[in-house]
Amino acid sequence: MEIKIQIEKLKISFGNIEVLKGVSINVYKNRITGFMGPAGSGKSTLISAVNRMIDYEENVKIEGKIYIDDIDVINDDIEGVSLRRQIGTVFAVPIPLPRSVYDNIAYGPRLKGITEKSKLDIIVEDSLKKAFLWGEMKDRLNISALKLSGGQQQRLCLARSLALKPEIILLDEPCSGLDPISTAKIEDALSGLKNEYTIILVSNNTKQIARISDYSAFFYMGEMIEYGTTEKIFTNPSEKRTEDYLSGKFG
Amino acid sequence: MRVNPRFIDKIVKLGLNAQAFFTVGILIVIVATICFKGFPYINFEFVFSSPEDMGRRGGIFPSIIGTILLVMLSILLATPLGVGTAIYLTEYTKESRFTKIIRFGVESLAGIPSILYGLFGFIFFVIKLKMGWSLLAGVLTITIMILPTIIRTSEEAIKSVPRNLRLVSYSLSATKWETVTKVVIPSAAPGILTGVMLSIGRAVGETAAVIFTMGSSLRFPASLMDSGRTMAVHFYILAREGISMEKAYATSLILVLSILLVNIIAYYIMNRVISKYS
Amino acid sequence: MIKKYRFNKEHLVRAILTVFALSSLLFLFLIFIFILFEGLPLFLKIGLNKIILGFKWAPTKDSFGIFPMVVSSFLVTFGALVIGAPLGLSCAIYLSEYSGKKTKMFLKPALELLAGIPSVVYGFLGVIYIVPLVRNYLGGSGFSLLSTSIVLGVMILPTIISISFDAIVSVPKTYREGSFAMGATKWQTIYKVIIPSAKSGILASFILGMGRAIGETMAVIMIAGNALKIPTSILDPLRTLTGNIALELAYATGDHRLSLFSTGVVLLVIIMILNYIANFGIKRKVLK
Ligand SMILES: Nc1ncnc2c1ncn2[C@@H]1O[C@H](COP(=O)(O)OP(=O)(O)O)[C@@H](O)[C@H]1O
Ligand SMILES: [Mg+2]
Repeated sequence: MEIKIQIEKLKISFGNIEVLKGVSINVYKNRITGFMGPAGSGKSTLISAVNRMIDYEENVKIEGKIYIDDIDVINDDIEGVSLRRQIGTVFAVPIPLPRSVYDNIAYGPRLKGITEKSKLDIIVEDSLKKAFLWGEMKDRLNISALKLSGGQQQRLCLARSLALKPEIILLDEPCSGLDPISTAKIEDALSGLKNEYTIILVSNNTKQIARISDYSAFFYMGEMIEYGTTEKIFTNPSEKRTEDYLSGKFG
Repeated sequence: MRVNPRFIDKIVKLGLNAQAFFTVGILIVIVATICFKGFPYINFEFVFSSPEDMGRRGGIFPSIIGTILLVMLSILLATPLGVGTAIYLTEYTKESRFTKIIRFGVESLAGIPSILYGLFGFIFFVIKLKMGWSLLAGVLTITIMILPTIIRTSEEAIKSVPRNLRLVSYSLSATKWETVTKVVIPSAAPGILTGVMLSIGRAVGETAAVIFTMGSSLRFPASLMDSGRTMAVHFYILAREGISMEKAYATSLILVLSILLVNIIAYYIMNRVISKYS
Repeated sequence: MIKKYRFNKEHLVRAILTVFALSSLLFLFLIFIFILFEGLPLFLKIGLNKIILGFKWAPTKDSFGIFPMVVSSFLVTFGALVIGAPLGLSCAIYLSEYSGKKTKMFLKPALELLAGIPSVVYGFLGVIYIVPLVRNYLGGSGFSLLSTSIVLGVMILPTIISISFDAIVSVPKTYREGSFAMGATKWQTIYKVIIPSAKSGILASFILGMGRAIGETMAVIMIAGNALKIPTSILDPLRTLTGNIALELAYATGDHRLSLFSTGVVLLVIIMILNYIANFGIKRKVLK
């Protein structure tokens, strides 16, 4: 199986506090990899290193390597912006830009220099379809994105990052604020996307990880405790702490 | 004798009420005087014709044009400069000694009284740079004078744009400048506009800094190098030299009305922002 | 495959914005340099004492004493404060502690408008209303320290009100509640708790108001009478530093013009000191 992201001995500190203590993990292409672990274990920090959004934090120290394909995005001379042209990100809280649904989705493509209306129309439709939002939105493309429901907003955010035509999608607890129906729609969308994309799904909802991810990793206090196929992790974990976490003893 | 504290409380409340309404009363007296005394002399001819006999007869049209030119050009220069500075301070740098020095500079500029701007504009633009009393010298002086207001209001407006919007923009692969132009400035625009309107008001009413840089020629400024007269300067000369009380009142009415209009627009914009964010 | 894109425009933008930010400093620098450059030579030639402490102003006859104007400037500023400070502070207290939401919605823009009225208009109305009032009821020409102080007092109201209002509003709610809980009346709370806590902000508002008053020009020359001596009563006319510059700049030449820049230097120094106290001296105390 092809490795898309290869993380090696990644250490990250904010000031004097080390929040990632040497994490190594391989993320496979065209699979969904679930990251789980109690709050504060460093999952979001790890993701923000992959898309280099961590550049916008203060007092950060990073050691180690993150290879995406054959480029080390931490140490090689690559700009974060360039990286994010090719990595889509969805945050925990849906954050629509204060503009129309259409313009939200066209934001990324326009930055890439696509201005032709016909091309943008196709991208918008395509992205909305992939995010299972086209049916609800096709006649309302010009309303303000702020008027959508929370679940619709989060699917809009997914569609918006798909519009960049990325190779990788990072989702940081995308369903944490959503109702079960919206959550199901997002999960359906993600399952349909994995043939084209490499997906990392951070979630505190272990059931969700079990339902849709192919591989799962368990993080605890800045370390990766265990990693393997989802089936293996959920049926036969080798670490006691993983077992405790999955059985709801902490987290 | 001990006075009941509840009684004192009532007296104080009454007193404070009275003082507040006294203050509003001052404003009402000012506006009412100007309106009642100026209104009878305002007509089409007064607004659209040139002054004759030093302003004893005729209208104030050249000074209206002079005001508009001075204010427009100054705003055109000061807005990009001021908003750019605010963007630099908020988006492109962290708080450091350097930003402290720049902020000190801005605060100091804001505290300098307009007569010193006039003195500076006179010696620097009019004399040393040989611009003479001219629209250009006036514009450059006023630009510097209103710059701190624009910087400070823009900075406030930009700071109030939620950080999340910026992060989303970055995550969608926008560069810093793209984020600034597509997300930050549009969201901060009403606040920035309010600052611009306030600056317009200040420039329209300014006299000391204008009279020594742009001069007080009664003709139309046909080029940047021509002298000209703003309404405020015209009003000052009419009133101080006792040329014509009628014309002075009428001019002051137009002057105050235009400032009132600018203030109302600024207030309207500000309220829309407040209601949008709350 | 991941590709590397370049964004060279960003560096250019940053460079331009840095220049923009530096422009404010450049302007401040130019203002200082040019006013000092014109104003200092006369201090060296005539002597600091003879200018700042000199009583006689006859610039065409080589007498450049501006002492009466320095004193007058401080007198009108002090007078403005005597009138503007209590009125302004009461308005600020009223706005923050007593007025309802509706009154506030009406009062705040009214105050902004008061700040927006041009100083020439204040001067003009001073001549129409205040000067005759003083002349008829108190005597003298009416162009006087008293009239000027009244008009300046009104002009600095918006500054004092808005800044002390901010200071009062930022006093934590718990202070108020604590005081009420101990059975204090509203006024006792304001007097014993709120004003002392907001003291430095209120002080800053007074000092910034002073800065505005001492720098005010057009209104002053219309009302002050511009006489060249130290006023001995509040009904005497006087000439301020700003008035001196504005009255003579248009036609002055040679040493006479330089002496107006010397006047400007003195004014600039006073203003910088006031601003420094208001912005740094006091704010720093607030932070601690
Ligand atoms: N910008 C930051 N500055 C300082 N500490 C941070 C910052 N971001 C995260 N942390 C700390 O890093 C640790 C890991 O946080 P995070 O990566 O958000 O964990 P998770 O996403 O697994 O809940 C936490 O202890 C958090 O307080
Ligand atoms: Mg997290």
